Amino acid sequence: MNQPLLVTAAQKAGPRLSLAIGAIVLLLLIALPLLSLLPAGHSLQVSAYTLTLVGKILCYAIVALALDLVWGYAGLLSLGHGLFFALGGYAMGMYLMREAAGDSLPAFMTFLSWSELPWYWAGTQHFAWALCLVVLAPGLLALVFGYFAFRSRIKGVYFSIMTQALTFAGMLLFFRNETGFGGNNGFTNFRSILGFEITSQGTRAVLFLLTVALLLASLLIGWRLARSKFGRVLTALRDAENRLMFCGYDPRGFKLFVWVLSAVLCGLAGALYVPQVGIINPSEMSPTNSIEAAVWVALGGRGTLIGPLLGAGLVNGMKSWFTVAFPEFWLFFLGALFILVTLYLPKGVVGLLKKRGEQ
Amino acid sequence: MNLWEPALPAIGPNEHHKDPAMLKALLALLLLLPLAAQAGDADFFIAAKPNEQASLLQAWAAQPDPARLALLSAMQQGRLGADDTRKLRLNNRLRGLLDNALASHQLLSDDATLRLAAARQLQKSAQPAQVAFLDRRFAGEPDAAVHAALGLALANLQLADSNPAVRLAAVRLLGETGDPMARTRLETLLDPAVETDAGVRTAAETSLAQVKRKLLIGELLGQAFSGLSLGSILLLAALGLAITFGLLGVINMAHGEMLMLGAYTTYVVQVLVQRYAPGALEFYPLLALPAAFAVSAGVGMLLERTVIRHLYGRPLETLLATWGISLILIQAIRLIFGAQNVEVANPGWLSGGLQVLPNLVLPYSRIVIIGFALCVVLLTWLLLNRTRLGLNVRAVTQNRNMAACCGVPTGRVDMLAFGLGSGIAGLGGVALSQIGNVGPDLGQSYIIDSFLVVVLGGVGQLAGSLWAAFGLGIANKLLEPQIGAVLGKILILALIILFIQKRPQGLFALKGRVID
Amino acid sequence: MRTVPLPVVHPEFMLEPIIDGAGRDAIGLGQLRQPGLDVRHGTVLTLEDISVSFDGFKALNALNLYIGVGELRCIIGPNGAGKTTLMDVITGKTRPSTGKAWFGDTLDLTRMSEVEIAQSGIGRKFQKPTVFEALTVYENLELAQKTDKSVWASLRARLSGEQRDRIDEVLGTIRLEASQHRLAGLLSHGQKQFLEIGMLLMQDPQLLLLDEPVAGMTDAETAFTAELFKSLAGKHSLMVVEHDMGFVGSIADHVTVLHQGSVLAEGSLEQVQADDRVIEVYLGR
Repeated sequence: MNQPLLVTAAQKAGPRLSLAIGAIVLLLLIALPLLSLLPAGHSLQVSAYTLTLVGKILCYAIVALALDLVWGYAGLLSLGHGLFFALGGYAMGMYLMREAAGDSLPAFMTFLSWSELPWYWAGTQHFAWALCLVVLAPGLLALVFGYFAFRSRIKGVYFSIMTQALTFAGMLLFFRNETGFGGNNGFTNFRSILGFEITSQGTRAVLFLLTVALLLASLLIGWRLARSKFGRVLTALRDAENRLMFCGYDPRGFKLFVWVLSAVLCGLAGALYVPQVGIINPSEMSPTNSIEAAVWVALGGRGTLIGPLLGAGLVNGMKSWFTVAFPEFWLFFLGALFILVTLYLPKGVVGLLKKRGEQ
Repeated sequence: MNLWEPALPAIGPNEHHKDPAMLKALLALLLLLPLAAQAGDADFFIAAKPNEQASLLQAWAAQPDPARLALLSAMQQGRLGADDTRKLRLNNRLRGLLDNALASHQLLSDDATLRLAAARQLQKSAQPAQVAFLDRRFAGEPDAAVHAALGLALANLQLADSNPAVRLAAVRLLGETGDPMARTRLETLLDPAVETDAGVRTAAETSLAQVKRKLLIGELLGQAFSGLSLGSILLLAALGLAITFGLLGVINMAHGEMLMLGAYTTYVVQVLVQRYAPGALEFYPLLALPAAFAVSAGVGMLLERTVIRHLYGRPLETLLATWGISLILIQAIRLIFGAQNVEVANPGWLSGGLQVLPNLVLPYSRIVIIGFALCVVLLTWLLLNRTRLGLNVRAVTQNRNMAACCGVPTGRVDMLAFGLGSGIAGLGGVALSQIGNVGPDLGQSYIIDSFLVVVLGGVGQLAGSLWAAFGLGIANKLLEPQIGAVLGKILILALIILFIQKRPQGLFALKGRVID
Repeated sequence: MRTVPLPVVHPEFMLEPIIDGAGRDAIGLGQLRQPGLDVRHGTVLTLEDISVSFDGFKALNALNLYIGVGELRCIIGPNGAGKTTLMDVITGKTRPSTGKAWFGDTLDLTRMSEVEIAQSGIGRKFQKPTVFEALTVYENLELAQKTDKSVWASLRARLSGEQRDRIDEVLGTIRLEASQHRLAGLLSHGQKQFLEIGMLLMQDPQLLLLDEPVAGMTDAETAFTAELFKSLAGKHSLMVVEHDMGFVGSIADHVTVLHQGSVLAEGSLEQVQADDRVIEVYLGR
């Protein structure tokens, strides 16, 4: 991970250079899957492991960006974004399960000797409907939850804990065998997606490129939002909600919009995560996962667009290094990171770099 | 005294299926001489063939003799006599008969709990030969619960009687008990193939309805009790959180870990007492209380001074930082004590339970914890309302700046209040260690629930926390059997969200001008 | 004999149709009628028998207050008289336990949400200046500007030339042209007060509620504010809560004294200052 250096340089040399560096990073991300297509043994060949790892981190980066939209801009710290991510993942996972099982029921259902699919999985053999579910499931849940939460002006820590309780409840629900989500094991053993073998290099490369595209699209959406009046209303909402109401804005609609948008982005990220990583299970909904996403955003710098991406990359990069080198100390490190970032880096790495750049 | 010794070779183990008449004679002699010495019984028993051993046990069961109790309990533990080290091997049938005989003897005991257990055993295993004995005990039994259990055992036996009148009486007797076994027994009687007499069948029907009603009452009371018990634990977990949240407006995500630290302190105290003062092991939970309070309060104050103090006014950051602390605490405990649960044993006075109804046992540990939780609430209330520290805490909770202007040392108050909240959680940890598993993840599951209690009860309100904790506990336990634990939890979450629509300030909030 | 039922006339049909903003109202008080608000009876705000109690404490007690169209009314009263609660009731933040609150002749404030009240034309300045600190002065004014404030409109909003002119004009009025691109959080206390007043101007409300607008201002700033308010009166109705008697004297022709949640006295400043009861509870002693 040499991004921090790059960004430092970018801050010093102004926006032109940072654009150039952004372009280089983008080119690298596009080149990565192409390099993975090279024959094994070639000196430039990128292994499937590396590609999957980077793809996974890119999915997390989208989650971080989505979380930043609600936390950094609107001031709503969600500790339940893992739920939306997992819902998107499960919707895609079910399609992959159906594809692997052909005309019969998915393996975990035959294990439980079920004779038919539960109603909510109807139509998931069609890719298009699965895609709709990827958007609808997290979107509708966010809509209903957000509607009630914002209506009663739940905010601050109340909102955070409510979202945590929500994802906790979701996890309990998905852990049960009889709810039809594969219980403990979740969905795995996928074979193909739209007829293409899921482990083949070509499919992997395409999925990776799609992830890059989604990341770019989310960045674009975030950028447009942040620069629009909508973005300014969100910032105002974060700092002085009462003032905004007396200006004649209804904060509920603004919160709900950004909240649902963020949930849908997470769902899409989850849908791209599952075929690349090859498994989805309820532990993705554990409160720990969601709160970890908050530290990505905090480390990178909230209220900025590049910060969350940087944070997700840094933390996950370190995580994959730690879990190999010192597995016992990863949680110590992560815990310390939570404390140190909140104490000493309130504006994150990006804030730090900006400060340096100004000096 | 060794009257039987000479006869033993005659029924030695290598003579199979010899002379039943001779055995009968022996048994007759045995019954005639109930005062025969225990050593004699033991030797006689071991010398007998399995068949004969069975008859012997049956005979003993029908004619219990207090003197034989020691022998039987030793036999059940796998030895032969009270001071005997000889190993005894029994097949399943003999083992069953032995249990029955032992129970029969235990009915003569002075200890009501022992008699109750014996009576329950006899409900399953009593033999027709024991009717007369059971009838005598039933008539003379002073304890109500044992009386009921014996009645059931007796009725079970009488149902096999050929005389419909006897069976009818038995069915009526069954109707008066509220025992789950009576229900299954009565249900079989509804089948004409099993019970030929129509009168008995109708009586069985009325009795069944009676039994079901009694069972339902027991079940509901049981659910209410486990609700109270869950509520008392939620209360212990949430009380400290309510104080710190009310005071500082921050959620201490490491609060659950304070519970965990309290539970682990209990474990350490138990180990230390076991090693250095085994005599006091009975009372180790009492020793653990101050220790757990001190450990949790100390850690809490340390955290407040080093981390949380710097984050006042930034509640969301505090939430994240305290989550980081909880990760570190959990991992530290994992490294020190291992990832598995550690064993914390109940002392004798906390094990067992109070049998209220045939299908309702209230474990002593849970009763004690409910009382303990109420005591803690009372003490906290006294501390907050009758001491200088409490006054300061309340002042800072209501208006920090004003309190500071009045000379309240807010920093010190914050630290002490944080210590108090954490210490109460530590006490909760001691309580939890007596009824659940003690592992590194112990606290994680309580943070959400205790926060919901705080939300429901209203911030900084002791009475609110009390009602909310018991309300949530009982609602949880009443919903659980109807729709399952998971759906119950989800439903409660939904209900709380809806409740907040109506009363955003919680159940017991102070109304007032909203200060921006 | 047959009775012919009278046709039911919906109240709205009884109103004069408004063709444009130029029509005079029926009573002829000379006020321009703003579209959307019916002030034919000359009062912009009608509060009758308003009571608010917090756990037994009566913050407002059977209060009656009428503010005329274009009037500049000052509310004074000792601490705890219920001034801020009164503002909370008008803006919908606190619901009265009894009483009627009408904005114009047709809008029932007790049934409207805070946002609806703000959109219908009541602007409020808080006691403590609240501006959007992470936004620039210009952006603050932009957000306050009277326009479609729905989510969709905000997503697509572009400032028109007319709107830019209006912002520039207000920037001039509140003398913040030089700092228009500074973050509002970096302004001085007095500047924040002006910015908040500027935001109210951008909202172009019928009724402005101003809670201690000159607190923390220099004498020159106070004098300027007094001029500003006087120039606003007539076009807008103003209700000013203030402790600074000098300021009150310089702007108000009509003063209401609150005491223990109800109106103690009303009249010109000289009148109320001469009132024995007022002297007893507030001014004298």
